[in-house]
Amino acid sequence: MRSDHGSDPSVADPGGAAGGVPAYVLRVPTGAYRSLNPFTKFVIALSSAIVAFGVRGWTGPLSVLALTAAIAVVAGVTRSLRRFVLASIPLVASILLVNAFLYPGATDVLFTVGPFAATGTGVTVALQATLRVVAFALSVAVFSLTTATDDFLADLEHRGTGRRLTFVVGSAIGTIPAMASRAVEIVEAQRARGLDTEGSIGRRIRGIVPLAGPMVFGALSEVEERTVALEARAFSAPARRTVMRVLPDDGPQRALRWFLGLGSIVAVAASIAGRFPLP
Amino acid sequence: MTLRLSAATYRYAGARHNALDDIDLELSAGSVLGVVGPNEAGKSTLCLVASGLAPVVVAGQLSGSVTIDGRETIAMRPHELAQRCGILFQDSQAQLSGTASTVFEELAFGPRNLGLPLRTVIERVEASLEALGITGLADRDPTRLSGGQAQLVALGAILALRPDFLILDEPTSQLDPQGTRMVGEALRLLVREHRTAILVVEHKTALLDQLADRVVLIDEGRLVSQGPTTEVLSDPALAQHGVEPPPRVRVRSALAAAGLVTPREADLLLAELAR
Repeated sequence: MRSDHGSDPSVADPGGAAGGVPAYVLRVPTGAYRSLNPFTKFVIALSSAIVAFGVRGWTGPLSVLALTAAIAVVAGVTRSLRRFVLASIPLVASILLVNAFLYPGATDVLFTVGPFAATGTGVTVALQATLRVVAFALSVAVFSLTTATDDFLADLEHRGTGRRLTFVVGSAIGTIPAMASRAVEIVEAQRARGLDTEGSIGRRIRGIVPLAGPMVFGALSEVEERTVALEARAFSAPARRTVMRVLPDDGPQRALRWFLGLGSIVAVAASIAGRFPLP
Repeated sequence: MTLRLSAATYRYAGARHNALDDIDLELSAGSVLGVVGPNEAGKSTLCLVASGLAPVVVAGQLSGSVTIDGRETIAMRPHELAQRCGILFQDSQAQLSGTASTVFEELAFGPRNLGLPLRTVIERVEASLEALGITGLADRDPTRLSGGQAQLVALGAILALRPDFLILDEPTSQLDPQGTRMVGEALRLLVREHRTAILVVEHKTALLDQLADRVVLIDEGRLVSQGPTTEVLSDPALAQHGVEPPPRVRVRSALAAAGLVTPREADLLLAELAR
């Protein structure tokens, strides 16, 4: 039962013909926005982030927010997006408070609260900074809500990204739920042995130590096991990895990617040079 | 086609004692070698050394030699070893890639790493699914399988690499009797139709009794005895090393001890019952 090929790259056919691949593996996304190539959606999110942070004044963050909101409506993810908006409230509040009351050098006082004075300059800066952070967070959120991780990884692999990088990104994303699941298992095991991890803050803090030890050592041990297991599955073979899923892409999407990528860079450059025509 | 360990001694990096000591073994095409021994006897280390992963991937010091068709495993690269000698670990979940969305993709992981043509990848995956009777799992998420299912999927993932030698570290530890039978049948099929050579570590001596041509007993990293399966598994010394003899041997001993039949009659009776 010898290998019928071995590792000779010359006989490999890494092309992406999907003949014979079951439909549940191909998983072609459907829907107006979801069916875009993952790399197109990635470029939209990336250029949004560049514009949100790189274009000075109100135009950058507001245009990104408007675009992101429009995409969210088209993709039907507005309800899911609310969670991200709610999750950003603590960060937004801290940015607003710190800049409004503690902006260095501002003298245009609007009102005072005890020893602290809110300034017009501080509030303006705070609102802009807040909009930038929210615009960035929402553009990333829309990307993650409309793009399955394995779609993105499959597309990166198809574009020739090295298998190691693709694997690291994929396993890092997959590790988060795995670690959360392990944490629950460890806490339950510790509780079964009588450890009290609920109640006062002191008790909860004391519960962290017996959780952290097994988590860290377990993760390290798993890394070693995983490395050996990967090598046992020819992970370091020199041939280019066979592509099994090719997600749809076309000329207009390629043009859009170039337009967004270059456009965002030009907009940031114009803004830095003081030649951006909008406020 | 032969995998040979000659005076193989292995010590993990940083360890004070040898995990394996002076082991001589040979595994030939179309044969099954069972390995039994108590916990911490060195069985898993034997699997790593025999597969060539130790010391190529697992740090440690190997003396003596481990060869595949006369070629030293320490001179082979990991992906070459993977195609010659597949290994199934005890913890099957750790063996899964963690990046596949379906069992089908999980099984395709190894063949895809080799850059095989897509049609070959698909053929291999389908053949492995069929051989283990897990075609129904093909569209399932590999992270949401039961322990037994994960074990079968991990075995399928190794079979998809089509190695000449299979090193299996307790391949049925999480399987129920039906799953154990299914694995046993799949392994017999591999031996019969593909002449695959299998080294299998098992606590379930009943499986070895039906599957293995020869059995070795190891304890404290040393080879205690080896020989034909019936002989080794009938050795009364087996129990002294923490290994439970197969039901056939236990029934035979119980009948003989009760004075109901002679050992010879017990053998005939058991053979008749087995038929």
